[in-house]
Amino acid sequence: MKRLPFWIKTTQAALLAIAVCFSLGATDAGSRYTDLNHRLMCTCGCAQILGECNHVGCPNSAGELGELRADIQGGASDKAILDSFVGKYGAIVLAAPTTHGFDLVAWIAPFAVFAAAMLGTILLVRRWSVGKTQTVAADTSKMDPVERERREQIRRETGEGGF
Amino acid sequence: MLKAYDGLRIASQAKFPAPPLRARIFLESSFMAAFGSFALLIALALAAYNLLAGSLALRWIATGQPAAISPERLADTARRAGIAVFIAVTAAAFALIWSVFTNDFSITYIMEHSNRALPGAYKFSALWSGQEGSLLLWAWLLGMYGFVLRLTHKTDVKLYAYAGTIMAGIQVFFLAVLCFAAPPFALYQGAIPDDGNGLNPLLQYPEMVIHPPMLYLGYVGFSVPFAFALGALMMRYPGEKWIKVTRVWTMVTWLFLTAGIFLGMHWAYAVLGWGGYWGWDPVENASFMPWLTGTAFLHSVMMQEKKGMMKSWNVWLIFSTFLLTLLGTLLTRAGLVSSVHAFAQSSIGTWFVVFMGIVLAVCIFTYVLQRSHLKSEHHLESLVSRESSFLFNNLVLLTACFVILWGTLFPVISEYVVGNKVTVGAPFYNRVAIPIGIFLLLLTGVGPLLPWRAASFKSIRRNFVLPVITFWVTVIVCLVAGVRPWQDTAIDQGNFYALVAFAVSVAVLTAIFSEFIRGAGVISRQTGKNIVEATWLLTRRNTRRYGGYIIHIGVVIVVIGLAGSAFDRNTESELALHDKMTIGPYTLECVGFTQDSNLNYNSEYALLDVYKGGKKQFQMTPEKRVYLITGQPQTMVAIHSIPSWDLYVVYEGTNPDTGQPIIKAILNPLVGWIWAGLVVLVFGTLVALVPSLSPSTASLRVPARAAPSEPALKGGRP
Repeated sequence: MKRLPFWIKTTQAALLAIAVCFSLGATDAGSRYTDLNHRLMCTCGCAQILGECNHVGCPNSAGELGELRADIQGGASDKAILDSFVGKYGAIVLAAPTTHGFDLVAWIAPFAVFAAAMLGTILLVRRWSVGKTQTVAADTSKMDPVERERREQIRRETGEGGF
Repeated sequence: MLKAYDGLRIASQAKFPAPPLRARIFLESSFMAAFGSFALLIALALAAYNLLAGSLALRWIATGQPAAISPERLADTARRAGIAVFIAVTAAAFALIWSVFTNDFSITYIMEHSNRALPGAYKFSALWSGQEGSLLLWAWLLGMYGFVLRLTHKTDVKLYAYAGTIMAGIQVFFLAVLCFAAPPFALYQGAIPDDGNGLNPLLQYPEMVIHPPMLYLGYVGFSVPFAFALGALMMRYPGEKWIKVTRVWTMVTWLFLTAGIFLGMHWAYAVLGWGGYWGWDPVENASFMPWLTGTAFLHSVMMQEKKGMMKSWNVWLIFSTFLLTLLGTLLTRAGLVSSVHAFAQSSIGTWFVVFMGIVLAVCIFTYVLQRSHLKSEHHLESLVSRESSFLFNNLVLLTACFVILWGTLFPVISEYVVGNKVTVGAPFYNRVAIPIGIFLLLLTGVGPLLPWRAASFKSIRRNFVLPVITFWVTVIVCLVAGVRPWQDTAIDQGNFYALVAFAVSVAVLTAIFSEFIRGAGVISRQTGKNIVEATWLLTRRNTRRYGGYIIHIGVVIVVIGLAGSAFDRNTESELALHDKMTIGPYTLECVGFTQDSNLNYNSEYALLDVYKGGKKQFQMTPEKRVYLITGQPQTMVAIHSIPSWDLYVVYEGTNPDTGQPIIKAILNPLVGWIWAGLVVLVFGTLVALVPSLSPSTASLRVPARAAPSEPALKGGRP
């Protein structure tokens, strides 16, 4: 059986480790409180996450955090809590766009652009590399060993590394 | 427009007999307003002459049309007019500074941004604390860059003439805005107040004296590479020399912008009192976007120099960078999006939008007209090569730029499309931009390990084994140390990304140091020098390459510092005399709280003795000021910084019932690494700017170990 290359095994190990990290999870009231207060903004105009708003003299964050704590203790679901905040303070209270309606575009666009650009770059590299690789392969196959070794030496000394 | 002439009108109304003392003072002071307004008008006229005469001369030279006067002489007069623009704008800037220092509250700008008790250094910074002043700073810095460019024109007379003319076009825009839309010397209407409104307290901090000029040097500086790129394209510049000229200007500008961004981060950290340094605020984002495209250019330009590839791409990177600097200024100054940087906002947005439209149209027109000049052969031998890594590096940098632009403008887009303004805050960027950043960090390490043209599997394995091992060792160490990436809030709080960032950082550092050690080892064997001397010589032989590596080290150090933010802790407590509070290994004891007062502000502060392991280590004095003229409060955070963390203490105020101070303490891990990383980054950039040792110089300075034989000197075999 053919052995897998080193880099494939390393990638597999990395993906496995990441998957394990995400598959393990625990939920408790404390982490839920932290999670929710990081999904809301302070409404005083300081542009800070509610859970991290600690600037001097903030008139809003303490009250809003208390409200959040009370909602969690009251047994409300995450969606109900966020909806109640949106109802009270408007959509700007959410720290990030939601994942429905037009807001979804905010999340999709970066990844779509990244994927398109990645695909484009790969195609570009392949297009630029095809002809040259064949030419080089053809040329080197015809060379005598001494000449090939000399070319390799030149390539090592001039081509390796360097900006 | 009338405002610009108010100073002139009032000054011209001075008639004999001599007016009473108060009126005389007014007339003398408004003389500076008239002087400044005149200086700006003269500068505008000179810049317009530079643009028109320069364009005409270059057109005549390009087409060979017969002309009544020598086009070369006309071009030279245009160049001299460009030099004179700098002198005229300097005079206007001097007039404004003079007016600030002489408390000339007859000028509206001075009245709104200064007061009598303002300390001298901050009077100086009043120049950029408001819109009109900061636009004047833009124009002055542009004039300064243009001055240097025009003085060094003999490097390449024609290319510099094109660049100088394009810069004159930019200068005309800013001077027109200053003369007609945002005049800094507009006179105060009504009775002149005895004192001004004072400077925004947030700006009364030492870094604010250097952060804005540094940032503006970066913003404005990108006009120069833009002018060279557009000029080279217009004149169909033969060869790649313009790239070498542009690269130096770009690096200097990039350095200023980098320093400006970091100084702004440090200011936010030390002044705003929330314990952080980056809030993904639109204006912060605006400064970051040209940095990203500028960085992409500095990398992809190597492809053009080495391989003659990506010519169109590089030209557009420079165009985009310049347009993004204009967008940044627009966001800062026009209030297009909500920002905490609301120091100066007005309706000059239309001017900027129109100018950006004109610039874009000129760029597209020139590109379409001259695109045949940018045709280049693209050959890559392998997907796994240095060339490919540059392409992916550009891809990631530009995607990051797009993500930030998208996040910054999405509230505006959303409001326009569905009529509903949304917030795009840190959670969005944490989920979208940070993964891209980590990928970029990975490329920082991978790129230099890949050879040009193609990499063999053997070389990949040889170069990558050690970094991969250190990556996994770091992951294990972090897990053992208590990082828990599997918790529910690990993504939002950054724990997961912090773990990945630490591991990738260590791997990248290993890769870069391996490169240094490998190269230094060869030199050490060749010259007999020890490894430190060999590393020094190695760096001097190829300053650009190893300076770049040092910059990468700086970036990695910064990333380690940023990743530390995932683990910060804070506590808050009201402290009576000798009460204590504990955070991390520290115990803070309140040994006093008192008040102080001077002409500028009243202050309250606490004296806190800090203990660690039962031993007193140092004392901290967090302070809260209230500025007399504005009544605005200002925190003066006490920070004790060591490599492992910052102890960050804020005086939040006093409990009105007890009169006792409320103290907030934050333990911010690894913040010092961010500032240390900047130092390394600046050092690396300076190294990269120094010319490498030429082979002849190097051979002269390397001590001869043995006299070479005669055939070797003649080029034969020894």
